[in-house]
Amino acid sequence: MDIVVLVKQVPDTESLVQIAGDGASIKKDDIKWVMNPYDELAVEEALRIKEAKGGSVTIVSVGPQKTQETIRTALAMGADKGIHINDPLAEGSDSLATAKILAAAVKAIPFHLIIAGQRAVDEDNYQVGAAVAELLGIPHVSLVAKAEILDGKIRCQRAVEGGTVVVEATLPALFTTQRGLNEPRYASLPGIMKAKKKPLEAKTLADLGLDPAAVGAAHRKVVVKALRLPPERKAVRMIQAETPQAIAAELVRILHEEAKLI
Amino acid sequence: MAQGVIAITEQRDGKFRKVSYEVVSAGRRLADGLSCPLTAVIIGSGVEALAAEIKKHGPDKIVVLDDPGLADYRTDAYTNVVADLVKSLSPAVLIAGASAQGKDLCARLAARLDAGLAMDCTAVSVQNGAITCTRPMFGGKIFADVQIQGAPQIIAVRPNVMSIIEIARESAVEKPAVRLGEVKTEVVEKVMDSGGKVELTEAEVIVSGGRGTGGNFKPIEDLAAAMDGAVGASRSAVDEGWRKHADQVGQTGKVVSPALYIACGISGAIQHLAGMSTAKVIVAINKDPEAPVFSKADFGVVGDIFQILPEVTEAVKKIRS
Ligand SMILES: Cc1cc2nc3c(=O)[nH]c(=O)nc-3n(C[C@H](O)[C@H](O)[C@H](O)COP(=O)(O)OP(=O)(O)OC[C@H]3O[C@@H](n4cnc5c(N)ncnc54)[C@H](O)[C@@H]3O)c2cc1C
Ligand SMILES: Nc1ncnc2c1ncn2[C@@H]1O[C@H](COP(=O)(O)O)[C@@H](O)[C@H]1O
Repeated sequence: MDIVVLVKQVPDTESLVQIAGDGASIKKDDIKWVMNPYDELAVEEALRIKEAKGGSVTIVSVGPQKTQETIRTALAMGADKGIHINDPLAEGSDSLATAKILAAAVKAIPFHLIIAGQRAVDEDNYQVGAAVAELLGIPHVSLVAKAEILDGKIRCQRAVEGGTVVVEATLPALFTTQRGLNEPRYASLPGIMKAKKKPLEAKTLADLGLDPAAVGAAHRKVVVKALRLPPERKAVRMIQAETPQAIAAELVRILHEEAKLI
Repeated sequence: MAQGVIAITEQRDGKFRKVSYEVVSAGRRLADGLSCPLTAVIIGSGVEALAAEIKKHGPDKIVVLDDPGLADYRTDAYTNVVADLVKSLSPAVLIAGASAQGKDLCARLAARLDAGLAMDCTAVSVQNGAITCTRPMFGGKIFADVQIQGAPQIIAVRPNVMSIIEIARESAVEKPAVRLGEVKTEVVEKVMDSGGKVELTEAEVIVSGGRGTGGNFKPIEDLAAAMDGAVGASRSAVDEGWRKHADQVGQTGKVVSPALYIACGISGAIQHLAGMSTAKVIVAINKDPEAPVFSKADFGVVGDIFQILPEVTEAVKKIRS
């Protein structure tokens, strides 16, 4: 089974995210960059399938130079090779344009299965996986908490509100990850050493035969007009009283009379 | 030229999900802002009767896409029929809920139609014919105001955020022939929670527990039950195996927007706040006065949840009886 994993480098979830001077992008310095947590699940799942069935795991990522570090991390976890689309013309692409680049890169390699994260925790777009599948003309299943490879198809437990739906899709297919799927491994020291020698190809849009007019910041369909900080909440009002009963009574009174929530 | 707004509703087993009313209401406001008609779309099998219910929220027209093959949500079948409808109506805007189904459908549809999609929006406004959507990014640390180029503009709105309006209209109901097209997915089983529990993303009230529960969620469940609410959890509580993954709120869990969120024995890590910061009112109960959760709460109680919560539950029951 040849598996492609789509991996994105994102700011660490602890990062302080600040708005840049242009008011429409974020400050990129002073941020610790990590693998998108949902993509860690995707890499882990690919490795487990490969360990059970044989085959290969290829990491594909679009991003600037430092994205290499995240691809190396995936290689250190056990993936076989990486493809890094690194082109300034791709910078600032929106989800659909990113999907176009990824689909062009994936089309050039043999695969049976693609795994992506359900969302990247930077822009929280929840789009790229489904869009890549559509552009490649293959089925996809999103929010997968368990995946099983059957003969010529994949059976996925898809997490929906209030339960789980079991969906089968014919291969080749793409699925996106949901927490609960697995616990991603850490890269071991020997893994990190080995990763340094694994192939990591760098590609440009031209290598993929892509027209730069379809991608990049200047051609976004979803145009960011302004970034701003979320509205501030008023300072917290602490509820104090002598006994738990008195505290509870006051809290419930406020929620009932003032906030009108009970 | 592209014109009109279409609102995609969501039903499951013949019943509308709440987000449907929110989407049609938001669609109505958009259509009014753009001075154009609103079409509500119902998709399923044997769902024509639902048209009467959605009329209350003001669509000018209702389209029912009905076929046995549409009984359960399947990305490819739903994308095919909605894409056909878009081709025949060429709407300026398509609005849907950012639920598990809506996110999936909109993402696939946007690629099919080569259209821009603003996902998981918490506000939508129209000024001089231009639509601006607000969407939280980076786990709610930043809000982005975005505009979509081209048509249709696809907008997915966060469940539980858009207010529901009721303005009955005499809307015409159409039931065009549907073509399922190529379908490569099959729903083979559905395992749904039993017993009419309120779903997290639809709940008006969420009572959440963290590591501070020590694994005892009884007082949390009791308070949630007294308020007809749902129970949520921090990732620590899920990792400990005390609650299932579906209950997790946060950056790697569910993003919720209830009217009231009560965080109990939760420290307030940034990844947890990412999942609940758009709640209208936040109450935190924690025995540590320095817990970061207090900095994001509207009301705070420093104390032991095992002493406070049972009293709160009693007080709520008294008021509600
Ligand atoms: C990539 C990434 C993604 C993550 N995603 C999520 C996510 O989606 N959701 C999430 O929740 N976390 C997430 N986390 C984890 C997050 O960083 C915290 O570790 C987690 O939220 C802590 O859970 P907690 O508040 O229950 O536990 P703790 O931080 O251990 O806090 C327990 C709190 O309970 C209080 N307490 C103890 N006993 C009592 C008592 N009897 N009465 C009252 N208070 C009491 C303590 O004072 C303390 O404040 C993520 C982390 C990472 C790195
Ligand atoms: N630049 C990228 N390079 C590789 N994969 C990506 C990129 N952007 C998004 N993805 C994949 O698509 C998923 C969803 O991302 P998004 O739609 O941006 O929330 C991620 O978890 C990745 O698997």
